[in-house]
Amino acid sequence: MTTFDPYAPSRDTTEGTVFSVTGGDWDSLIQEIGSTKEERVVVNMGPQHPSTHGVLRLILELEGETVTEVRCGIGYLHTGIEKNMEFRNWTQGTTFVTRMDYLGPLFNETAYCLAVEKLLGITNDVPERASVIRVMMMELNRISSHMVALGTGALELGAITPMFFAFREREIVLDLFEMISGLRMNMAYIRPGGVQQDLPEGAIPKIRDAVKLMRKNFKDNTSLLVGNSIWLKRTQGIGYLDLAGATTLGMTGPVLRSTGLPWDLRKVQPYCGYENYDFDVITADTCDVYGRFLIRMNELEQSLRIVEQALDKLEKLEGAPVMVADKKIAWPAQLALGSDGLGNSLNHIREIMGTSMESLIHHFKLVTEGFHVPAGQVYVAVESPRGELGASVVSDGGTRPYRVHFREPSFNNLQATSAMSEGGMIADIIGAVASIDPVMGGVDR
Amino acid sequence: MTDSGMFGARGTGDTSGYSGLVRSPASSGSSERPYGGYFDEVADDLERAYPEFSDAIERVVVDRGELTLHVKREKLVEVALILRDTLKFEMCMGVNGVHYPQRTDREFSAVYPLLSMTNNRRIRLEVSVADSDAHIPSLVEVWAGNNWHERETFDMFGIIFDGHPGLTRILMPDDWQGHPQRKDYALGGIAVEYKGATTPPPSDRRSYK
Repeated sequence: MTTFDPYAPSRDTTEGTVFSVTGGDWDSLIQEIGSTKEERVVVNMGPQHPSTHGVLRLILELEGETVTEVRCGIGYLHTGIEKNMEFRNWTQGTTFVTRMDYLGPLFNETAYCLAVEKLLGITNDVPERASVIRVMMMELNRISSHMVALGTGALELGAITPMFFAFREREIVLDLFEMISGLRMNMAYIRPGGVQQDLPEGAIPKIRDAVKLMRKNFKDNTSLLVGNSIWLKRTQGIGYLDLAGATTLGMTGPVLRSTGLPWDLRKVQPYCGYENYDFDVITADTCDVYGRFLIRMNELEQSLRIVEQALDKLEKLEGAPVMVADKKIAWPAQLALGSDGLGNSLNHIREIMGTSMESLIHHFKLVTEGFHVPAGQVYVAVESPRGELGASVVSDGGTRPYRVHFREPSFNNLQATSAMSEGGMIADIIGAVASIDPVMGGVDR
Repeated sequence: MTDSGMFGARGTGDTSGYSGLVRSPASSGSSERPYGGYFDEVADDLERAYPEFSDAIERVVVDRGELTLHVKREKLVEVALILRDTLKFEMCMGVNGVHYPQRTDREFSAVYPLLSMTNNRRIRLEVSVADSDAHIPSLVEVWAGNNWHERETFDMFGIIFDGHPGLTRILMPDDWQGHPQRKDYALGGIAVEYKGATTPPPSDRRSYK
């Protein structure tokens, strides 16, 4: 601390002395702080802190190790997705929304596409096979998302092995995504009117094998963490938020269900045909980090159950369309991986380039201009792994969205950090934030 | 937003004879009773619990199976309290701003999706204000979870939520100039050149509107 650091110098402000910890000697910092009279210290945690779940900045006011005030600083990952979508056509919007909450891309896509379909008035025209594929993909995605929540949550509390197991399972799901959509993340697979392409050949047996493998593998983390006395001490009674608090703060998802309320949009306001699947809504009554952890663990099995039922349905729907029949909305090509490694439909190219001028015009208009969406506004919500993901979409009748706004559960739920952590120990903030499972891409959009 | 582009298309820009969709104007009138579903019950309950209903609710719009109550901003907090306490809309799913520059004296809309978990219902409140007087009473006292949502709407549109406990920017840097989601705020971006061809930034590309 004796040498002058131009980037972070110690200085006096109206609030007291600002100490710098960049490149300094820890002992001298301790000495300096020790010489001050008050115990109250304001500490910046993040945005580049390994355990704040991404670029989240927590501004903590501490009395010793007790947290007296927490404020969140967000916006470090703001990419203007909502603004950008106003300059692209409706189909291109999928490519943007998939990048918001990057751990649950299929939920973003589904919420957006359901909203566009509602505006178009084609909700009931979406083929059943497309809806079943959507449900299956979303539930697989829920598993991969919960795996990151559990793995990083445990890692942040000092347990490294659960993360290895969690990422092993996540890898299985990402491999399935790659097989089905060609991409492991940000797939833009779900499109207004259906899905981008049908399942590849031999996908169903592979998914069945993966389900079997995951069901066996999940036991590893269960036996490591459930009932583990160290884990219990770090999670039980931590990050307490009861039903009244959760309601007034607009909390949804596992945080709300940890207060004992079985509120799951898949059950109470079903979409994509969720009413046709048999599954349980998992709750806990502890209102704490451990309850939320248990909910996520048990939701894995429910997701596997839904995936299995979806596979049964898909076998019966073999060969059915995966896109609306209306050629004014559905993109013309049935894409397939060509010998050149690109997704092309050779038959379609032959038709538009060689035989039909009208097809070429239609293709050109649909792909560059896009389709018109009748004016109006809708709000559509889906149950993402983090809670209610709502898409507010406004159309003025044009080929591009007039306004798209996402009610991101991460953004909303992060507000509860103060309520969960103030008055507790500094180490417990980590557990509380991890139990909210915020994804900063979704928070900042 | 400019409608001129490389081809200067006007209207729908559709010259192909395709486009089977009929473009309908944005709804500006009220819906007639019966609204259908539980919407009539919600309206009746609200009228019973709130004598000033006809004064406070400018319009009731039912579109695509969703109910929107257009509320005068002076009455917003009163209506919100009754909806929360009497009609059991326990949750507000935030606030979403929309900018309609062509609507004189009602340029900004703030849209509040409400959720009743008790009755499993959803409705929506909408408040419209002028650009020159973009003030809306804050609902943080009614639903605490609206805190960040109102900050975001302020950040993006410049709508001032009166009575908010700390209305500061939340996504953009504190010293940012302007409000990015307004329609007169340019998207920005630079032209990209690749192998001799230049692609203009998205806001300058040809538009079909």
